Amino acid sequence: MTRQRVHWQDRLAQVLLLGCCALLALFLLGPMATILIKSVQDKSGAFVGLMQFRDYFATPALKSSIWNTFWVAIVVTGITIPLAFAYAYALTRSCMRGKITFRVIALTPILAPSLLAAISFIQWFGNQGALKWLLHGASIYGPLGIIVSAIYATFPHALMIVLTSLLLTDGRLYEAAESLRTPTWRKFFTITLPGAKFGLVSATMVVFSYTVSDFGIPKVIGGNFNVLAVDIYKQVIGQQNFNKGAVVGLVLLFPVLVAFIVDWIMQGRQQAQFSARAVPYAPKPAPWFDRTMFLFCLVVALLLLAVLGMAVYTSFIKFWPYDKSMSLRHYQFGLIDAGVFDSYLNSLKMALLVALGGTMFIFGCAYLLEKTRGVPLLKAAVRLLAAVPMGVPGMVLGLGYILFFNDPDNPLNGLYGTLGILVFSTVVHYYTSSHLTAVTALKALDNEFEAVSASLKVPFYKTFFRVTVPVCLPAILDIGRYLFVNAMVTISAVIFLYTPQTRLASIAILRLDEFGEIGPAAAMATLIVATSTAICLVYAVLTRFIVTRTQAWRTPVVL
Amino acid sequence: MTDDSYLRLAGIHKSFGKFEALKDIALEVRRGELMVFLGPSGCGKTTLLRIIAGLETQDTGTIHQDGRDISRLPPIQRDYGIVFQSYALFPNLTIRANVAYGLVNRRQARGAIAKRVAELLNLIGLPDAGPKYPGQLSGGQQQRIALARALASAPGLLLLDEPLSALDALERVRLRGEIRALQQRLGVTTVMVTHDQEEALSMADRIVVMCTGHIEQVGTPRQVYEAPATPFVADFVGKINVLPAVAEGGGQFRVGEVSLAVARPDIVAGTFVNLYLRPEEIALNAAGGVNGNTLGARIAKVEFLGAFCMVGLTLDAKGAPALVANVPRHDVDSGRMAAGQAVRVSLPPDALRVLG
Repeated sequence: MTRQRVHWQDRLAQVLLLGCCALLALFLLGPMATILIKSVQDKSGAFVGLMQFRDYFATPALKSSIWNTFWVAIVVTGITIPLAFAYAYALTRSCMRGKITFRVIALTPILAPSLLAAISFIQWFGNQGALKWLLHGASIYGPLGIIVSAIYATFPHALMIVLTSLLLTDGRLYEAAESLRTPTWRKFFTITLPGAKFGLVSATMVVFSYTVSDFGIPKVIGGNFNVLAVDIYKQVIGQQNFNKGAVVGLVLLFPVLVAFIVDWIMQGRQQAQFSARAVPYAPKPAPWFDRTMFLFCLVVALLLLAVLGMAVYTSFIKFWPYDKSMSLRHYQFGLIDAGVFDSYLNSLKMALLVALGGTMFIFGCAYLLEKTRGVPLLKAAVRLLAAVPMGVPGMVLGLGYILFFNDPDNPLNGLYGTLGILVFSTVVHYYTSSHLTAVTALKALDNEFEAVSASLKVPFYKTFFRVTVPVCLPAILDIGRYLFVNAMVTISAVIFLYTPQTRLASIAILRLDEFGEIGPAAAMATLIVATSTAICLVYAVLTRFIVTRTQAWRTPVVL
Repeated sequence: MTDDSYLRLAGIHKSFGKFEALKDIALEVRRGELMVFLGPSGCGKTTLLRIIAGLETQDTGTIHQDGRDISRLPPIQRDYGIVFQSYALFPNLTIRANVAYGLVNRRQARGAIAKRVAELLNLIGLPDAGPKYPGQLSGGQQQRIALARALASAPGLLLLDEPLSALDALERVRLRGEIRALQQRLGVTTVMVTHDQEEALSMADRIVVMCTGHIEQVGTPRQVYEAPATPFVADFVGKINVLPAVAEGGGQFRVGEVSLAVARPDIVAGTFVNLYLRPEEIALNAAGGVNGNTLGARIAKVEFLGAFCMVGLTLDAKGAPALVANVPRHDVDSGRMAAGQAVRVSLPPDALRVLG
């Protein structure tokens, strides 16, 4: 077998990729492996096999939280997916007015920490809630509260996925069906639904995983209703029983991993449905249908705004429900004077670091993976590592981080308790989506850029900076925004990792809520939303600027 | 090895898993010639080009370029310019920056680079394209820029990977003439891959016809067309009629009920062969000028193709295959040829070939 001599530039790329692989292994596999090991050890570190699992399943309270976690997640999925589908259907298949507005409103929950929904529902339906009478004595604290909050929090995630799959349907299929005089219902079942099938499966898995792994919502509004994510928290923080925590972590990891693998397999089967020649579908006006869809979206959008609005309102009034006059006292006294504002600054700092460092690393790694030569096995390993984080709940990842980095024998022990560990865990937690965005953008580039550069004797890194990065800038900004917004709201991956000096805004909300300081908690949540909104606006302006100025070559995109 | 050989491939094998893409390829490209790899998709022609470029690595075999063994060199250490079907122009750089892309890296003076770029843009006939972006040019113009970029640093070898396939028909014909003229003017040794036989015939000094990973024939366009070495070449390059026959000895061959004279007295009686005949060699109602092999036939259909008509023929003799003849439009008109009409068909003995 002839083997090509490896040029030092190719070697450089391979070494860099190896470095990426090592970092991913260190910050993903290391912690995950530690959880596995701890789950079969007792507190003293002796091997006990599956004893802890047996103990765990023998405890009725813990066992019931498995059941609780599941049925709540199934109910949430069962409601969110049809809702998101109908909403996406309205946005893509009707000619109703205000589509852009509806779309923006529907995506706002992403900007808020999941805790915001919980706080808001408490304000609406809690003990002193504005609409408590609507519940006829039923309590919002418990499964009901978790379900409605989780629907609010997961709705935009499901919507984005379903929307994409509906947008990618080829308009010519509908024209062909029309020419064959296919009735509307049959078009729906033979074109629309099959086209959106993979998106629906993906959205189902995402919503299910999100609900199962979310910790903030059940912690705030769950009352005595136990779920797995809260169990881990209680074991680790309450009882300092890391080994038991590891067991619960694995129990939680299992369904999420299964959902992830199902989705993975389904996506693998998906053929490219939207060929280069496909024509986007353009809906035709149908007054009755359009009006119905408009009404539906209006109701959903108003409900979403009511949740966000209540939290914002709460942050600006003096004392719910007794003194509803406007004031900034929650911001002034509750946050700044109480010294809680530092955690907002921490969040901001962390989110910026995550956005900058994470974007550079993720895009660089994806580039090395897609565009450099050789080392197929290493590339397969990195691809796998990049895909795994989506299948790992934040709580489990965070637990792995303390177990792994808190170990005095670990040379990286010094990382523990710093802002750095929060940055690393957050980047890893949100790695997969960002990675996929980067890979998609890179795949859209001509495959032969690298070959042409080599023939012109230009080193790959020059072409990377001169061509690849500028052309992919919109995707790179998109990754940065995604990481920033998620770093602002994340709680599950960092709940075990902060110290008083590195406390984040989302954790501060949790603490404030524990002390009954719901006003300042709402104020902090509002601050997060405002910050993320600002970043999204900056992103929108920047993207537009780039498209019009630095990418003059790009044919103007019409939205 | 001949003295003027510039690129020499020997014993090239390449497999992708179980699929054998190239089997024992040996080939010499002469200095300054334009050689075309021609074949249907999947014949290995693009793989061979990519091996020459170092973008794929052969499993076994050697490649020498200008006397230097480049078999194991990575692309960046080889000496060639390459043009792809997709143009692969950098979309965010101006035409000027695209053409200068490889020059800037060679630390030449700015003035020298600007001069060279202007020279190249003149050469390809787009002197004013410099400040534009690739997206603002037509496909043919983009491909000219890609050509200029590949030629900028005056490489010893130019590789063209289906350079015209993405263009529309008119642009394709125009550009193939331009590329050929440019190549001859610069005298740069060039290897081009195409699946379009017309392109190959019109541009090449020599054609390599490939099929399922091996070389069927190497020759000038005329050799390949007029004297195809194998049935595959005969069939792939141009249209051809196939007549299954049995040799009767003495240069006579039996096709169905008739006996035809063919200039091949060497073939032993009783051998089963196929006779090949180009459609334009068939003469209809010829005025005695053609000697021998004149048969009765009936016109099955006449397909109008512009300057020529394709005339489908059924021979009167039983057991003879249907034939296709190319007839100039004038002859069709003056002979009032139409479906159903009886004609005299002449099959010239020296135009009938026996292959394989």
